[in-house]
Amino acid sequence: MNLNQIMTLLPLIILASFAMGILLIGAFAKNAKGTSTIGYIALASMVFVFLSLFLFVGKGKMAFGSMMRMDVYSIFFNLVFVVIGVLTILASISYVKITGIHSGEYYALILFSMIGMMLMASSTNLVMLFISLEMMSIPIYIMAGFLRNDDRSIEASMKYFLLGAFASGFFLYGLTLIYISTGATSYQAIANFIAGTQRWNLSKLIWVGIAFITIGFGFKVAAFPFHAWTPDVYEGAPTSVTAYMATGVKAAAFAALVRIFFSVFSPFQHDWTSIMWLIAVLTMTVGNFTALVQKNVKRMLAYSSIAHAGYLLVAFVAGNAMGRSSILFYLLAYAFMNIGAFTILMVMAKKNDYHEDLDSFAGLGFKYPLTALAMSVFMFSMAGIPPTAGFIGKFYIFSAAVKSHDYWLAVIGVLNSAVSVYYYLRVVVYMYFKEPEEEIPTYRFSAPTVFSIVLAVWGVLQLGILPGDILNIARHSIMALM
Amino acid sequence: MGGLAHIPILSIVIFFPMVGVLFLLLIDKESESVLKGTALAFSIIEFALSLPLIVYFRSDTAKFQFVERIPWVKSFGVQYFLGIDGISLLLVMLTTFLTVLCILSSWRAIKDHLKEYMIAMLFLETGMLGAFIALDLVLFYIFWEMMLIPMYLLIGVWGGPRRIYAAVKFFLYTMVGSVLMMVAIMALYFLYHRATGVYTFDITKLYQLNLPLGPQMWMFAAFSLAFAIKVPMFPFHTWLPDAHTEAPTAGSVILAGVLLKMGTYGFIRFSIPLFPSAAHKFVPLIMVLAVIGIIYGALVAMMQKDVKKLVAYSSVSHLGFVMLGMFALNIQSVEGSIYQMLNHGISTGALFLIVGMIYERRHTRLIKDFGGLSKQLPIYATFFMIVTLSSIGLPGTNGFVGEFLILLGTFKSSRVFAVFAATGVVLGAAYMLWMFQRVMFGKLDKEENKVLKDLNFREIMTLVPLVVLIFWMGVYPSFFLGKMQKSVSHFLTQVNTKIAARQMLDHGNRALAENIWNNGKIKIVNVN
Repeated sequence: MNLNQIMTLLPLIILASFAMGILLIGAFAKNAKGTSTIGYIALASMVFVFLSLFLFVGKGKMAFGSMMRMDVYSIFFNLVFVVIGVLTILASISYVKITGIHSGEYYALILFSMIGMMLMASSTNLVMLFISLEMMSIPIYIMAGFLRNDDRSIEASMKYFLLGAFASGFFLYGLTLIYISTGATSYQAIANFIAGTQRWNLSKLIWVGIAFITIGFGFKVAAFPFHAWTPDVYEGAPTSVTAYMATGVKAAAFAALVRIFFSVFSPFQHDWTSIMWLIAVLTMTVGNFTALVQKNVKRMLAYSSIAHAGYLLVAFVAGNAMGRSSILFYLLAYAFMNIGAFTILMVMAKKNDYHEDLDSFAGLGFKYPLTALAMSVFMFSMAGIPPTAGFIGKFYIFSAAVKSHDYWLAVIGVLNSAVSVYYYLRVVVYMYFKEPEEEIPTYRFSAPTVFSIVLAVWGVLQLGILPGDILNIARHSIMALM
Repeated sequence: MGGLAHIPILSIVIFFPMVGVLFLLLIDKESESVLKGTALAFSIIEFALSLPLIVYFRSDTAKFQFVERIPWVKSFGVQYFLGIDGISLLLVMLTTFLTVLCILSSWRAIKDHLKEYMIAMLFLETGMLGAFIALDLVLFYIFWEMMLIPMYLLIGVWGGPRRIYAAVKFFLYTMVGSVLMMVAIMALYFLYHRATGVYTFDITKLYQLNLPLGPQMWMFAAFSLAFAIKVPMFPFHTWLPDAHTEAPTAGSVILAGVLLKMGTYGFIRFSIPLFPSAAHKFVPLIMVLAVIGIIYGALVAMMQKDVKKLVAYSSVSHLGFVMLGMFALNIQSVEGSIYQMLNHGISTGALFLIVGMIYERRHTRLIKDFGGLSKQLPIYATFFMIVTLSSIGLPGTNGFVGEFLILLGTFKSSRVFAVFAATGVVLGAAYMLWMFQRVMFGKLDKEENKVLKDLNFREIMTLVPLVVLIFWMGVYPSFFLGKMQKSVSHFLTQVNTKIAARQMLDHGNRALAENIWNNGKIKIVNVN
């Protein structure tokens, strides 16, 4: 390993060393104060990773014997992960105090899983892809069960782990089939093999392999019909972890999905587009319609995250460059709005009463006007109402569908988005239109939480009002794939 | 435009209310009179700021004026592109004018959350003005959607007992319509790119497209659904009575006065000129729906027990006239249609204010609770009478000019519709006068009504400007018609030229088609 390679891996090295350092310090810091110190250390690591990313802008560098590629595409995603990490860690600092997660491991696990996410976005080899998927998932299985005294959390962890392991099996099997039929694990070699072979000479197992890989990804992004775990896991896991996995895992899985499908499996685009079309439509529709009847906001956000996976799949099905870059843009927008909304839920959480149901939001609009305003911004953004990031993101995604002449997909998508308005608005209805039935408890706002919310609101409005720069970066980033 | 060449007057007009919002945010929510005063001051200054538009507006051209154009999202071709012509000018004036009256009318009616209320009002004003002034489809869409949020809050927070139902219904109806329009906007954008290689949402460019009939039909349908819901045309009107009954007075005034015009404006600015051949095909359908709306709205209004609901249904009827005139597509009918938009804003706005004033006193709006009020409230009765007559369309008031022009124009293009629509005028007189008689005349037999106080100075000042306009527009319409003349005739030339060119192209006669648009002096990009 030469210096050049080490430089390429710098963000990952920073993350790994901070994570291990935190594990060590965590052993000695068992009180609340120590835990928040560890939180700030984890935050510092994000800053270093952020800075280190700028070393690679414009250069596509390989590492681990071409098993991963640090190109603009992966840098974009790494930036998304940093945004997710910063927002989550900021919001976690007081949330772990309230819920009694007194441990440094919590932050270490966030960093470890982030290594997995970053590798997923940059892996260019089937083996690396699988390892990174597991590196990302295993810490999250643990994190989902961090509230050891809460049955829901244990259930979430167990469910996520069992089904996740099952899906990993499919995924690995799919990768194996691809290897069997092409004799290669590197994306480049597989692509060359497919390009150099007549279609009818290719082993049919490739199609089976693609299907299995799709199942694996479908599970991670919570696409229909592999979404069943989502509501229970998202509801049961600590809210900070839910925020982290709803955005981070989704972003990482889409990063890998787009890279492998458009650089390796693009000759089969016709074959997978039709099935993906159906999956996209059903994912949106099932997510939105089940979200309509939820009374628990956290659970509602879980179903809504299925719907958002559906929108992203619309862009994936559109299959053009616009669609790919809209996935990038949307994931960033989604990170801001989704973590923002979950952060508000974290503020409202008390030791034994999480205040997650809609009734807890009643009257919030006039008791805590700024909090309610922030929540409204997030809700309007998720519903896709201008001038927010969610609007530009949806506009971009559905434009991509229209551009590829898939008008029906766009129409189904926008109608779905109109349905979603109902349940997002309901939160606003409760905040502003309903009188609280019982006294609204006093919520405390620590500085990091407030900073996290402000950052998220800024992100939502920045991407909504002046999206030009990020759109350009997203467009530029997907060039690396071609 | 001379004196205003370098001032971004339209941006100032759009965003000045937002400055008011910032000021309001700084004021303590307990000091109510300061809040009211500030909001009123900002709305009056805003109206004053919009006056130069009408002063410096040049009536001798159909071009967009006071144009501002800045690239916004460059890679997409989205621009911050503003401008007004004779059609939007008057609607902009109507908006700034009615907002002042709305704030005046909320003086006593709004007791809770006054600060938030005033903020919502000013925010709404920015949204509405933006939608009238934007000439870029994305910018328009953003203002169009942004407008929903404050209106939704106005109904939902300050409305009547079923306010939540009404607010959500209002929001969802409008939302479903507009998302389909969004898809059509995208489709149009890519079609224009395919024809010219340029990505733009600039409507002056998109006007030049001459698309094949098939895509035109789909896109016209998608745009028109959004606008038809907003107008609202029969059978998409069911949200309107709910929204009106539940909304606070000022909300109803804005809703009827301006928001509904958003729909008719959308037809005249977007649906028809962008897709003229499709519009031409849709004329019979829309005219039938318009006539049904006129008669149905009037009949349902006649049966209402609640005065406010009666006024709400009368809106369905009046807006039917606007649509009828617009789709008759000749100079009288289209001018009448735009005139009727303004009339409806003024007369129906005034009616809602008047109903609101009596509701503040009696806390009921049921016709049977009143009777003989004219003895107790002579000033109120006078204003009510004038506004009622204007709503009926008595000669000498604004309503007459609009309805007359519409019927005249419609008669030219299709007599049957004109005849049916004329019965709507009769029915209109019937339900308004019958209601007026039951409320104002007869015996003053209810004890509660005997102690009612007549209008105070503030209320009179709210109504006087409206009455002045009612007579001004009724007696001297050419001031207003003159402003829109060029724009309307340009609109018709453009539409007719494109329809003719399309027909020639479809018959394979390219040379003749070229001849037509050269004569029309309109640049057209043909797409096959």
